Amino acid sequence: MPMTKWRVARLVKVRDENPTARTLVFDVPGWPGHVAGQHVDVRLTAEDGYTARRSYSLAAPEGVELTVQRVEDGEVSPYLTQDMEPGDELELRGPVGGWFVWRPDGTTPVLLVAGGAGIVPLMAMIRARRAAGSGAPFRLVYALRSPGQLYYADELLSPDPGVAVTLAYTRSAPEGHARPPGRLTAADLGPYGEADCYVCGPTGFVEAAATLLVELGHDPARIKTERFGPTGE
Amino acid sequence: MTTFTRGFRGRRRGGDDRLPPGQYLTEDFPVLSAGPTPDVPPDRWEFAIHTETGQAHRWTWQELMALPYETPTVDIHCVTTWSKLDTTWQGVSLDVLFEDVETAAEYALVHSYGGYTTNLPLEDLLDGKAWIAYRYEGEELAPVHGGPARLLVPHLYFWKSAKWVRGIRLLTEDWPGFWETAGYHNYGDPWREQRYADD
Repeated sequence: MPMTKWRVARLVKVRDENPTARTLVFDVPGWPGHVAGQHVDVRLTAEDGYTARRSYSLAAPEGVELTVQRVEDGEVSPYLTQDMEPGDELELRGPVGGWFVWRPDGTTPVLLVAGGAGIVPLMAMIRARRAAGSGAPFRLVYALRSPGQLYYADELLSPDPGVAVTLAYTRSAPEGHARPPGRLTAADLGPYGEADCYVCGPTGFVEAAATLLVELGHDPARIKTERFGPTGE
Repeated sequence: MTTFTRGFRGRRRGGDDRLPPGQYLTEDFPVLSAGPTPDVPPDRWEFAIHTETGQAHRWTWQELMALPYETPTVDIHCVTTWSKLDTTWQGVSLDVLFEDVETAAEYALVHSYGGYTTNLPLEDLLDGKAWIAYRYEGEELAPVHGGPARLLVPHLYFWKSAKWVRGIRLLTEDWPGFWETAGYHNYGDPWREQRYADD
């Protein structure tokens, strides 16, 4: 398997998603390709040989594109979101993960539930659906604190046909937004028939959202989750 | 050839000799699970060891609580690269549970409420290397961390420490578990950095 080989990745393009999140597009010679939902391991080496390693979800079905949320006291994310410039290199290996994935040959309805930066692998699935011309019905429920935290605004504010997007603002909503700000509820997630469910976000969010899905009658065996960050967030 | 990342300095932290290669220290306790957290009330909890000859040894929650326990302080290492030092647990050593188990099997397949599985050699569960843990840092083990009880086998990457543990099946042949069939290493020794299948 080619997965475990470290490859040199050269940054070719950056795109700010919002004031604290940036998308980085890398050129990775020999990249074997991946499935939407998979992630990569990234390794940065300082001049004195010190290394740091992190995992990031791939944001698009083709090419190596990562979206990184800056954590103010973080070690790696401030570098990736502020200091790294096109032409700079890091090492990367993958793709990793064969469980939290969506393949475009499916026609089953899909329910995506994102909390904050958890949107990244789910966006890769929405983009994979578009790239493949898939007709699988998609619904995205995306919980985020405030309008300034939105990722992928161009694509999510005017979604593809067949993709229903609900933005669930938890602290403050844009003026005129129909849903009052507040935490995710069963009403945000339902009613929706049987579906393959993908839930990604901070631990507390994933716990709450997966519990709501089970209470709404979704089969736990069809709910896939990916969690990050400390508990109790 | 090493690829340096221009302008990256990183943050040096102490305690490096206790950190396996490629790991970083965290003070948090991150959570990784593949699906929803199962709801397992202790009054319906049961733990069983099934031998290769079909014998079953079973414990209810009350029976587990009545067994002698230990309070190991251990370092834990997750394949997603975080490590946490000096975590304190309370649980029953697998040596206690295996006391009356007669087996010639060399392999164990651990299974959990919710359907998760993970495999490891039986010898990695014995001789003071593994516990059924039900308290963490003096508190009841939270469901999100595997409560009411999880396997604790800290010398391997933490996915081997199955949450919501339900039983162990002893096998004469190795049978890969959930992550082991999804591209992760069959054994998972953090000190040899056995993350993925061909590491």
